Order: sequence, then C-alpha cells, then structure tokens
Amino acid sequence: MSDRNHWASFNWQDPFLLEQQLTDEENLTRESTQKFAQSVLAPRVIEDYRNEASDRELFKQMGEQGLLGAMIEGYDCAGMSYTSYGLIAREVERVDSGYRSMMSVQSSLVMFPIYAFGSEAQCNKYLPKLASGEWVGCFGLTEPDYGSDPAGMVTRAKTVSGGYQLSGAKMWISNAPIADVFVVWAKTDDGVVRGFILEKGMEGLSAPKITGKLSLRTSITGEIVMDNVFVPEDAMLPNVAGLKGPMSCLNSARLGISWGALGAAEACWHSARQYTLERTQFNRPLAANQLVQKKLADMQAEITLALQGCLRATRLKEEKKLAPELISLLKRNSCGKALEIARAARDMHGGNGISDEYPVMRHMINLETVNTYEGTHDIHALILGRAQTGIQAFF
Amino acid sequence: MKVLVPVKRVIDAYVSIRVKSDGSGVDTDNVKMSLNPFCEIALEEAIRLKEAGTATEVVLVSVGSADIETVMRSGLAMGADRAIRVDADNDVEPLAIAKILKHVVETEEAGLVITGKQSIDGDNNQTGQMLSALLGWSQATFASEVVLEGDSAKVTREIDGGLETVAIPMPAVITTDLRLNEPRYPTLPNIMKAKKKPLDVIALADTGVDAAKRQTITNVSPPEARSAGVMVGSVAELVDKLKNEAKVI
Repeated sequence: MSDRNHWASFNWQDPFLLEQQLTDEENLTRESTQKFAQSVLAPRVIEDYRNEASDRELFKQMGEQGLLGAMIEGYDCAGMSYTSYGLIAREVERVDSGYRSMMSVQSSLVMFPIYAFGSEAQCNKYLPKLASGEWVGCFGLTEPDYGSDPAGMVTRAKTVSGGYQLSGAKMWISNAPIADVFVVWAKTDDGVVRGFILEKGMEGLSAPKITGKLSLRTSITGEIVMDNVFVPEDAMLPNVAGLKGPMSCLNSARLGISWGALGAAEACWHSARQYTLERTQFNRPLAANQLVQKKLADMQAEITLALQGCLRATRLKEEKKLAPELISLLKRNSCGKALEIARAARDMHGGNGISDEYPVMRHMINLETVNTYEGTHDIHALILGRAQTGIQAFF
Repeated sequence: MKVLVPVKRVIDAYVSIRVKSDGSGVDTDNVKMSLNPFCEIALEEAIRLKEAGTATEVVLVSVGSADIETVMRSGLAMGADRAIRVDADNDVEPLAIAKILKHVVETEEAGLVITGKQSIDGDNNQTGQMLSALLGWSQATFASEVVLEGDSAKVTREIDGGLETVAIPMPAVITTDLRLNEPRYPTLPNIMKAKKKPLDVIALADTGVDAAKRQTITNVSPPEARSAGVMVGSVAELVDKLKNEAKVI
C-alpha cells in the first residue's frame, strides 16, 4: 500500500479514537473505573432501582476506589485531571445516572466549594472524611419556589451572637436524608448569598426524604428544613460571596454531567445495537432494517461528536481558558441528546424495552432528571441566547 | 525475598483481532494494548505475597520498546514497587527473552520469579520453563495455588483431568494459570502514585544477550469463518447429513 493513500480501519465504538487523545493516566483511570462500575455497581443496579435503595456503603466503596473529589489536590484526594473526572462520571453513569449523581454531588457540590472557598480548618476537617466516603455530603441551593431563579432565595442567615441563625427550606436535594455534611446557601442580613457548612444533628435541622420519585431511584433525594439552626461564625465559607459561589460549583458539576450523560447514552446505544443484532423478526435480525441502522448511525454520530466537545472543553478548563457558557452548551447538548438516544433505544427494544432486564428504560427515565437538574435544557438555551444577542430573556 | 514478575504487553483480550490482508501479521494500528492476562495474575500473586509479608519487593520486568511503558505503568498502579524495561524490539523470541530475564534475575538477586504461563498473542508457553532451566532453578507451571513454606513451595498445577500438587525447592520459577486469583484493578490514588515509581531502562547490549531472530513468520491467517447452520426437518435427515455430508458417523 502506498503511503500517499493510507487509510486506517474504522473503530465503530470510538470513531474519533478518543482514547488516543487521553494521557496514560487518564486511560488507566477510565479502565479501572469501568471495572469498578461494572463489578461493584452494575450487579446491584436493578435491585437498587426497584427498591429505591440508597446504600451509604456505596460511598465508602467509591471512596476506597478514589472516585470522590478525584480532581482535588491533597486532603487524601486523588488529585487527577478534570478530564479524568469526566471519564469517571461517564463510566459510572454508563451503569446508572443515580450513582453518578451521588458521586457528583459529593465531589463537585460539597467537596469542591469547601476546597475552593473554605478555610484551611474547614478543608482539614471535612475533605478527608468526604473523600473516604465515611461522611456523605449534600448541597442546598434550590428552594421550593426558586429553582432556575436562585437569586430569589428566601433562606436567611441572620447574624446572632457568636454566629448565624439559618431558617428556610431547600428542595430536591440529592443525598440529603443520609447526609452528615450540608453545604447550604443563604442570604445574610445584607442580602448577600453566602455558603454555610451544617452538620447532621444540629438543632432545628432536618432532611425528610422525598418519596414517589419515578426517576433516579438509586439516588436518595430530600428536603433540607432549617428551623432557626444556629451555626458558629466559622461554619461560613469565608472566601466567596454572592451567587458566583454556588454557580462555580454547578459549573464544575455540569462539566461532569456533560460527560456522564454520554455514558448513559453509550449504554443505550450499545444495548440497542446488540438487541437488534440478536432479535430476529421475519427471518432476519432487526438490525438488517434501514430504519434501525439509521437510528444507530444517529446515535453514533451524536455521541462521538459530543464526546469530542466534552474533551475539548475539559482541556480548556485545565488550561484555565473555559467560559461557563460553553458548559451550558455541553450540558444542554449532552443531556438533551442522551435523552433522545435513550428514547429511541427504548423503542428499538420493542416490548422487552419496558422491562428492567434491559437498561434502556431506566436510563431513559433517569435522563429526564439529568436533563432537568443543574439547569434545564431551556434555561441553558437562554444563557446561550443571551451570550450571542446580549439580550436576557429569562423574564 | 524479592519477587520478579516478567510481564508482556499484548493486544487487549477483548479486541477482535484483524489479520493484515497480506498475511504478514496482525494489524496493531489503533488497537488497544493491555497487560497479558496471565501476567496480570502473576503480578497479583506477587503483590499478595508482599501484602502477606512473604515478599519484600515486587519488581516488574518487560522486554520491548518505550511503547510498552504504558502497560508497565498499569502494573505499577496495581502495586508493583518498581519496574525495569529492557530496551529491545517488541518481537524478541522466547529463548532470548529467557536469557535476558536470567540476566535481570541475577543482577536483581531475586528469590522467586512468577510469570504468566504464556502470552495470549504468541501462545508459546516457553519462556518460564526456559528461564528455570537457564537458572538451574525449580519450576512449577500452570499454577492454580501457590503456598510458600520456607525453603520450598507447594504449587497446585492444572493438568489434564485434574489437579496435581507438587513441592519444589526454592528458588523457583512459577508460571500462572487462569484460576490462581482474580487480579485487582488499581484505585485512583494508586494510579497517581504509580507515576512516581521508578521505571528503569536497561540497554539490551548491557544484558549481553544476542536477541537475533531464529524464526521467520511466513504467513498469518485468520481462522476459517464458520458457515451458517441448516435446519433439518427430521431425525432421519439429520442422521443422513451426519453420515453422508459431515461424515462423522
């Protein structure tokens, strides 16, 4: 073969050869996380989902593997690249979005703000135990009446002698009912949003479970109710004021979600391919139908292009050149596309697709949440709309 | 006691192999490479010996170009203390590998060698045996259980039709079978630590081994594709086909 006309063979699972763009360390991280996810998480997901079980033990297992706060340097955390963090999210969410949510909340919404905005004493006190999974953390921003509009929050931190008194309620809080550590955002007397670290057992603090969830059933969700909870002065995160605190946590988490949702999408795509190759109707496999092949080609294209986008953005993050708007673009794209892919994959599994023996409908229902939380599909569109027109259309 | 674990980089066990169209070999373009699964088992066994306090150090060794360092790092992440790469081509033959390993065993003053019974690419199943002969050490191959007892080792071997337990004097070369253990996967902190573990490179010339090839591969061909089965209508037709078409009865 002449060197002037050389073509390689096509890798249908990884058309852009993403793995070759990763460092050895990142590839090894992906492989070992995949083994962890497939050997520890996958065997229990059907039962956990059926029974709406959220096992604290899982946090310890994730901690032992080094998955919690993996991108944090020091404090018994692994200190890996953001790309590794994304790859971890993808491998865990390949099994279930609920497990990935448990992990993302702990890593990006609890450990990250303590690391980024906390005092040295707060870091030393909380991070090692959150990294090992001995403690479970949750993040309270959303309120019953303030979701996409967090600036309107009504939770207050009133200055009192020796500290603050918090009152208010937070809603849709992952991990809350089993949490030991609560990172809560509240407005102080001057109307500025500040972060506070609360601990289980504080007087006036409760976290009732939200029941009846049809989605993300492997990940427990609750409210945080604060009835004049007193916290000492040093429970406040000293190094941030305003909404940029919670927003930067969400940016970090959303980057992980952009990778993670694609893991769920890949699981659906591969399952649909396998199913339609094996299922025979009219004496030939379903995969012999043009309608099926078109859907598989669409899934492949969306996933492989989106993964390249995630990798590029994460590299920009590592180079400190990433704008939050690009995360909006990716979070919106990954979640929306993953949901469409899961719906199509459910359809391609025919009647079997509604059974939990196949992962597709579970992923599909989970992705309804993933598409909604941490900024809905539409709200991210408004962020991007504002960024290119200069006109805000939120209200 | 220092344990030496010779390992090999191979095409990942879950990759479907493509033979080059000219029959000169297997296509390794854009193909995922991994530690040979039998070598992974050997490494796991050595790490367990260290965790049990029987071994003091686990040293990984492999022969090949800088390309193989990636999979060597994965062995360090599993728990080997350090690694040695003997810089050579990636297709050195088993006898030359055994001679190179003999050199490393002697310079490292290792007390035990554990390695895979064979690599899943060449399937030669020779290196461990040759190494034991060159060293004048005992050998126990196809191990499914290893118990070290002072100056001897009790090794259970997988043989045709069952298991055989042999006692051999140390030092020894032990080659591992599939059922010896289930290798661990590295944790993320250990992946980070592995980056800092020493990986020394020795020049082939320094081992004094002539690694010139003695074999030439003349042709590589894929296994014949299986043809589709047929449904038979009756037992009589089945018997007829087995007798006259397949000629097996």
